[in-house]
Amino acid sequence: MKLTLKIWRQKDANDKGRFVTYQVDDVSPDMSFLEMLDVLNESLIHKGEDPVAFDHDCREGICGMCSLFINGKPHGPEQTTTCQLHMRSFKDGDTIVIEPWRAKPFPVVKDLVVDRSAFDRIIQAGGYISVNTGSAQDANNIPIPKDKASEAFDAATCIGCGACVAACKNASAMLFVAAKVSHLALLPQGDPERAIRVSKMVAQMDAEGFGACTNTGACEAECPKGISVKNIARLNREFLRAKFIEEVDKPLEELAEGK
Amino acid sequence: MSWIAETLTSSVGRKVIMALTGFFLILFIIVHLSGNLQLLLNDGGEQFNKYAHFMGHNPLIQTVSILNFTFILLHVITSIILTRRNSEARPVKYHVSRMQNSSTWASRNMGFLGSIIFIFLVVHLANFWFKMKFGGVPMVEYDGVQYKDLFTVVKEAFQQEWIVIVYVVAMVALGYHLSHGFMSAFRTFGLHHRKYNGFIKGLGIAFSIAVAIGYAIIPVIIYFRY
Ligand code: HEM
Ligand code: SF4
Ligand code: FES
Repeated sequence: MKLTLKIWRQKDANDKGRFVTYQVDDVSPDMSFLEMLDVLNESLIHKGEDPVAFDHDCREGICGMCSLFINGKPHGPEQTTTCQLHMRSFKDGDTIVIEPWRAKPFPVVKDLVVDRSAFDRIIQAGGYISVNTGSAQDANNIPIPKDKASEAFDAATCIGCGACVAACKNASAMLFVAAKVSHLALLPQGDPERAIRVSKMVAQMDAEGFGACTNTGACEAECPKGISVKNIARLNREFLRAKFIEEVDKPLEELAEGK
Repeated sequence: MSWIAETLTSSVGRKVIMALTGFFLILFIIVHLSGNLQLLLNDGGEQFNKYAHFMGHNPLIQTVSILNFTFILLHVITSIILTRRNSEARPVKYHVSRMQNSSTWASRNMGFLGSIIFIFLVVHLANFWFKMKFGGVPMVEYDGVQYKDLFTVVKEAFQQEWIVIVYVVAMVALGYHLSHGFMSAFRTFGLHHRKYNGFIKGLGIAFSIAVAIGYAIIPVIIYFRY
């Protein structure tokens, strides 16, 4: 296959950035999208040019590191990660436009690489449980109904890629936060900190500058892990419960300081 | 910040305000429509004028009407804050976007649809409500009692083509606004279950179509009848 690539190039966060057009020949339909970019980068290195920076790690669809807004969609035309997108999804002679995720809380670091540490800070705000888990317990020591376990597992499959933010017209992080809140809220281990968790994670999400949720559903349609918007409804429920029903929705030290 | 202010100024809290006020406005448009359909009775406006008189003099209705104005304002102000924040969250737009099949057109254009409704509201209030409250309405007598003849004011307004067009366009916008808003408000309250999702979605769409048609036929029928 021969392809024309229009790729966003940007030296660093302060550079204005622009599209640069490249030709790649000898692309096999069996290559992954990232391998196709590897081929381009090899040829750029041979010519002594600066290779295109893009994020990747596991290349097997489990780490959430790869990104890219490809031909107007996060992770390209299929509902999968970019590392699992194959060139057979394109035709010989196609022009492919590649842009970084666009969101204020995801600033461009270089070319197609964006800084997604806003997600890490949301997790640090509450996406954990504050006890040591110890060694593995006997099965069924803590009874968890199958439907709850499955719901929690589905939510836990979120890989934090940020495609939901990239897809949303509001650059909202609700699907990601909802997945993380749901994952822990559904399990007995997460229950004690349920209210504090949702309060802090929503507050951090807002502080990072993500937009609000208009319930358009674009996130669910583009999420490579098929995280359902029902988690967003659960986040709303958890938030209202934390604020209007729970006795304590903040760590006790903060309440004592009157914050 | 107090806990309630903190809650209601968060992104989720602001959406709860949208949904609460939106639901209230939905109740209002049902009551308002059932009253207005009396304009279509062929009785020279007698029943409609008596109804308008009752609505204008009932203290309960007066209180609810103040609430209604407050909630419209709250809905509009919150929508401006949200829409601004949402567009600021993506300062650099995509060069190519093929996201149109991932969500409905109405859901992506709630601010635009709301703005059309808002412009309509201003025209609408100036046409009828303002006149009703502050004069400019002729009087009519039924069984020896004087009533304001709002029916004639409405009839005359709807003889003007541009007003009829503004009304019809605005009601289409309202229908689209509700086609997403109705179901969205349930999600905002955390109500999402496969047992009733389909029902709410269907009800929302049926309701939006009924509201749009129900309101839009009034100016159209009056225009052609008189
Ligand atoms: C009678 C008139 C109206 C009714 C019945 C109505 C109803 C609703 C409902 C039910 C929602 C969904 C709330 C949610 O998503 O939780 C909504 C959302 C919205 N409304 Fe209205 N609305 C009306 C007028 C307006 C006006 C005049 C404006 C603006 C000038 C407006 C702007 C918006 C916006 C921007 C949203 C989406 C907020 C978001 O999800 O980000 N609406 N409306
Ligand atoms: S919810 Fe889906 S799209 Fe969003 S970060 Fe998680 S895996 Fe990626
Ligand atoms: S590189 Fe790990 S998910 Fe794509």
